[in-house]
Amino acid sequence: MKPAANDLRSKLAKAKGWGSAKDGVSHWWIQRVTAVALVPLTLWFMYSLFTAMLYSSPSDVAQWFSSPVHSIVMVLMLVAAFWHAKLGLQVVIEDYVHVPCCKYTLLLGNTFLCFVCGALSVLAVLRLHFLDIASGAL
Amino acid sequence: MSSVPRPTSPHLGVYRWQITMITSILHRATGIALYAGAVLLMGWLWSAAYAPEFYAKVHECLTSMFGKLVLVGFTLAFYYHLANGIRHLFWDMGKGFALPCAGRSGVAALLFALFMTLFTWGFALNSVVGG
Repeated sequence: MKPAANDLRSKLAKAKGWGSAKDGVSHWWIQRVTAVALVPLTLWFMYSLFTAMLYSSPSDVAQWFSSPVHSIVMVLMLVAAFWHAKLGLQVVIEDYVHVPCCKYTLLLGNTFLCFVCGALSVLAVLRLHFLDIASGAL
Repeated sequence: MSSVPRPTSPHLGVYRWQITMITSILHRATGIALYAGAVLLMGWLWSAAYAPEFYAKVHECLTSMFGKLVLVGFTLAFYYHLANGIRHLFWDMGKGFALPCAGRSGVAALLFALFMTLFTWGFALNSVVGG
């Protein structure tokens, strides 16, 4: 039996329901949203890195993050950056790795690594923010 | 089920290098490099907040010639990925697809990266202690 002219998807493809992009628009859209957010956030980060943080002592870095504005912008930058990075590397893995056990391991690893690194870096900024530089206590 | 290696048509070794493919490949490469950089940034922040002895060792590495070279490399990757990313955003809006325009914007992205890196590090080496 010949398939109908407008029925190009195999039955398996229809059953899986993934489509060619596997996930629809959300990945693409959030990648763009984080990208737009990262334009000012990373430029601010570069500015703060080269004027206040690079080659400074930990107490100088804590001094920089004692400002709530600096801290919150840094946290937003870290969240957007790790989210953007996770989405980006996900596409790279999906493009090059096709053996299922390797592919799903790497995809999970990517997701977990981004969450862990995001959490650790945000916690570090918060600690630097709340640190009392003189006494070294929170 | 494992995949059987299938023959692929010739690509990188055969086709003429064009600015569009160079910029696309570089965008992915810099993206991967910046992923590693983000993980390292986390380590640097963590050591500043929780491990001052390790921070001192990291500081030593960063002030070395090799460390500075690595940082310059990350700076270059960052500015390139930023410029080409904005180029992508224009494409997402439907603008700039005509081949001459795409070629010129690609060159612009590369030049932006180069100049901004020189500017940033020129500034850094002039005014930052230890630079």
